[in-house]
Amino acid sequence: MHDKTLTQLAASLKSGEFSSRELTSHYLRKIEKADGTLNSFITVTGEQALNQAEAADKARAAGDTGLLTGIPLALKDIFCTRDVKTSCGSKMLDNFIAPYNATVVEKLSAAGTISLGKTNMDEFAMGSSNENSHYGAVKNPWDLKAVPGGSSGGSAAAVAAGLAPAAMGTDTGGSIRQPAAFCGITGLKPTYGRVSRYGMIAYASSLDQAGPMARSAEDCAHLMNVIAGHDVRDSTSVARGVPDYTESLNAPLSGLKIGLPKEYFGDGLAPEVEKSVRDAVKVYESMGATVREVSLPHTHYAIPAYYVIAPAEASSNLSRFDGVRFGHRCQDPVDLMDLYKRSRAEGFGEEVKRRILIGTHTLSEGFFDAYYTKAQKVRRLIRQDFLDAFEEVDVLMGPAAPTPAFDLGAKKDPVSMYLQDIYTIAVNLAGIPGISVPAGLAGGRPIGLQILGTHFAEAQLLNVAHQYQQATDWHLQLPAIAEENA
Amino acid sequence: MALEESHVRRAAHLARLAVSDDQARGFVDDLSRILDMVDQLQSIDTEGVSPLAHPLDATQRLRADEVTETNQRDTFQRCAPAVENGLYLVPRVVE
Repeated sequence: MHDKTLTQLAASLKSGEFSSRELTSHYLRKIEKADGTLNSFITVTGEQALNQAEAADKARAAGDTGLLTGIPLALKDIFCTRDVKTSCGSKMLDNFIAPYNATVVEKLSAAGTISLGKTNMDEFAMGSSNENSHYGAVKNPWDLKAVPGGSSGGSAAAVAAGLAPAAMGTDTGGSIRQPAAFCGITGLKPTYGRVSRYGMIAYASSLDQAGPMARSAEDCAHLMNVIAGHDVRDSTSVARGVPDYTESLNAPLSGLKIGLPKEYFGDGLAPEVEKSVRDAVKVYESMGATVREVSLPHTHYAIPAYYVIAPAEASSNLSRFDGVRFGHRCQDPVDLMDLYKRSRAEGFGEEVKRRILIGTHTLSEGFFDAYYTKAQKVRRLIRQDFLDAFEEVDVLMGPAAPTPAFDLGAKKDPVSMYLQDIYTIAVNLAGIPGISVPAGLAGGRPIGLQILGTHFAEAQLLNVAHQYQQATDWHLQLPAIAEENA
Repeated sequence: MALEESHVRRAAHLARLAVSDDQARGFVDDLSRILDMVDQLQSIDTEGVSPLAHPLDATQRLRADEVTETNQRDTFQRCAPAVENGLYLVPRVVE
């Protein structure tokens, strides 16, 4: 079962080859066997999952089913899940049992899917390696010495190791696409506002977006059909029709205009990654696509702009963790100020503190215009780069990350870690969608091809990714650990 | 724009984070490197460019001013560190 895509599993459930209970038990057994090594889950909700699976089987017997009824999934521990611990990878929320469901959780549940549990992540989604989790680092299923990427590292590792057929992630600066690339799976960051952020613990509200992580683009399309759409509870979610994302998967790509941003192929790009990306582009050329070089001239300013805007928003969002209404509270506070300061100092990890301090500093009197207003102006220039490029081409292609997964512990300096996100971060600033698809292996570690489209072009990205996956089998390759524990 | 320890202390106070002397010096180093990287922004000419706060240039939607939520105080207070009679408990703030 572990080697089937979500789409294939849905067909098997429909044909009665196995029940949801059998399928769910299979994944729970795999988690029990392999996750002591990988650490991809923070919480496994086995009992609830089996109950949900039985309900799904009953619904199926009664003929009351959707396409995904009875499919087990994993949820990044950033999505509030009623009556289940929702930690966001932080000591601050280690005792937090969410009193309500995120809209994404609600929609997936209404579609009949089963939640296996909550996946590990960088604390408050701040990180690119999953090493910033209060619950310990996640290991990359392809190579246990390597990071799985971050911040949705647990979701990516769980799917890659066959512990779940798909998982939900979130992406603020690359947190779906980079771990998808590092773990050899497919991950889509939708357009800002396409999926509701309600109940998704906020990091940087003008950048955060939820999306699916799965084995194939087709799987992601099925999940997008469930989670996309307007939500009155998220005032930034977009009131705009949602297409059937599976409908256009098989559209032919002849005449597709592909742009290769020259800034994405410069210094710092590992030769093996460049080779895999260029090989993938050749596959598209053989399908009748045309390729040309384009320029995104402000690319190198995306990381500096992000590290003003995201921490500024984070410093405001994370002020809610005050030790009063929920979350960690320090012992024996002498007064209210002491309660605030020590609860937050004890509850937050180093990277979260760094970003809160950077954000507070850059927003403070005397620095606001030089940092925040300047970064927002540069953000407009970065978005304009993409809009100009999409006047000339249909999609952009390049690497998802400059190298394959790096070793655990290899990047101790925060700035060197930040520079990992050079190809993903501008996409969030511009609000456009992007997908990472497996496109090669180097030294046993996966490489991701990133495909970018203009606002609301998810259906096109899924079509372009799906056609590549019809012509290649990188997305079907599994790490040894997935086979060992089958 | 060089970062000094006083800046870190001010930010830590504003952000309500207890920071020891050792930690403050460590943050000066880390944050200085981050701000050096951020300072690249100053080299771009942004004359006449308006700030972008939201990637879609959307405007805030309005809704009718009607009560739609029910009272769930008990549910929400179940995850609070300390409550009594439906109130959140904190150290005494008024003598």
